[in-house]
Amino acid sequence: MTAPLIRVQHLTMRFGGLVAIDNVSFEGAPGAITAIIGPNGAGKTTVFNCITGFYRPTVGRLALNHAGGEFLLERMPGHEIARRAKVARTFQNIRLFPGMSVLENLLVAQHNKLMLASGYSVLGILGVGGYGAAERAAIDKARGWLERIGLLEHADRRAGELPYGSQRRLEIARAMCTDPVLLCLDEPAAGLNNRESAELNELLLSIRERDKVGVLLIEHDMSVVMTISDHIVVLDYGRKIAEGAPAQVRGDPAVIRAYLGEDETTPEAAHG
Amino acid sequence: MEYFLQQLVNALTLGAIYGLIAIGYTMVYGIIGMINFAHGDVFMIGGFIALIGFMICVVLGLGWAPLAILLVLLLTMAFTAVYGWAIERLAYRPLRGSFRLAPLISAIGVSIALQNYVQMAQGARSKPHVSLVQGGFNLYSANGFDVRVGWLQIVIVVVTVALMAGFTLLINRTALGRQQRACEQDMKMASLLGVNVDRTISLTFVMGAALAAVAGMMFLMYYGVIDFFVGFLAGIKAFTAAVLGGIGSLPGAMLGGLLIGLIEVFWAGYFSSEYKDVAAFGVLILVLIFRPSGLLGRPEIEKV
Repeated sequence: MTAPLIRVQHLTMRFGGLVAIDNVSFEGAPGAITAIIGPNGAGKTTVFNCITGFYRPTVGRLALNHAGGEFLLERMPGHEIARRAKVARTFQNIRLFPGMSVLENLLVAQHNKLMLASGYSVLGILGVGGYGAAERAAIDKARGWLERIGLLEHADRRAGELPYGSQRRLEIARAMCTDPVLLCLDEPAAGLNNRESAELNELLLSIRERDKVGVLLIEHDMSVVMTISDHIVVLDYGRKIAEGAPAQVRGDPAVIRAYLGEDETTPEAAHG
Repeated sequence: MEYFLQQLVNALTLGAIYGLIAIGYTMVYGIIGMINFAHGDVFMIGGFIALIGFMICVVLGLGWAPLAILLVLLLTMAFTAVYGWAIERLAYRPLRGSFRLAPLISAIGVSIALQNYVQMAQGARSKPHVSLVQGGFNLYSANGFDVRVGWLQIVIVVVTVALMAGFTLLINRTALGRQQRACEQDMKMASLLGVNVDRTISLTFVMGAALAAVAGMMFLMYYGVIDFFVGFLAGIKAFTAAVLGGIGSLPGAMLGGLLIGLIEVFWAGYFSSEYKDVAAFGVLILVLIFRPSGLLGRPEIEKV
């Protein structure tokens, strides 16, 4: 097996006296979908926030490996994580740029290339250099993604006007436009109906097969998780309680206990 | 009628200057939600740098007005932009993530510091400047009243319109402008997409200062006099213009500048010139009461 794309080691995150994540270690393979599941408050989103630089972990190491080298995410500022370590993410609540057009949302994600090509817009204004070509390439790429997510005819609408399911897909496309090697999706199926979550499965599988991008997936919708995951990590109260292939995790007594509960907690996991 | 036309010409000139300053307020507010109270003083600095620039031109014997103006314009924009950059870097960036009032207080401090610095360096007395652009033409004559348009007024309006057009293109069409608008809507998300937010904010200050510098230079040429305190009133009027147009909105700032220019000049022309500032600020109060989001501003959207 190849080296892991991301290796999380002894990750601990404390907020004052609250231990949100307690000594969690796991790995995500390149080009594979690794799901992180667990009841509400298990610390799943906190793991993402550590990976993408929102939080500085109290203890632990987050090493990301790709052709460009090894990156220790816990030491990098947010925009460097996106640009150099090539990690992209989406949020539970949608965070598109609602006032910008659908196409522009995808262009912002490619702006580093554009800024370089345009000499920080100075040359762009003067019409010098490869700026025009770079801008056209960026637009082509954005349109390619809009076609894949079925939003091509809405390219010029404001992103905030799109229906909910489309906004979710657009957010994933925008993350993909940054050319990530690791895509972190926080509950992408939340609020989607059955048809839409089936489409989402297709999209995520195509991202794995076609783009060879590793995916870290937080999801409550078990129809999504069990169908597409290669590997599942189960958290409960900030600790890892199980890990393995879907079939393996499904039968794990510790997982069943966490979800169904010894103390009659409702299985929120079933509907998120 | 003739009198009205004459006032209109004067108002457009003044409105152009206010509009250029207002853009700086509105952009900074749009991107970091802060009123940069030192912006009026950046405008004043721009005026002084232009004054020094013109003197250098005189010393070097550069008498041809278009060339001298262009040179001084570029020089002023460049040097004032450095001021804008340094102010952000020293006084505002260290306070980012602090409580909301902190940068505001810091801005007031910078404003006072700049005023005192110029007062010490240049003296407290106002400096005269003989404009390179003299004369004009009669637009229209009737009843023994000439409606005069100065060449300088034309230069001011043309330069302003060109700058505003170029600037609007920059914001709407280029990667830089896109990144700025993205930061304005969701800074954290922009950063996650690889946008260098700190640099974007710096550039916003640089652009705002460069535009204020042009306004300062126009002010100097138009009124022929400048002192260390002009930034205060002009800055507050431009701020009023930004609020009137809808703070955070770029076309709003331009429109607001124009309207404040019109109100001030017509009030002075028809009622009383002592109370022209009262009229301008009265508008601010009315806007805040009846249309808090301004003419072109959109109501505050709750950010999640």
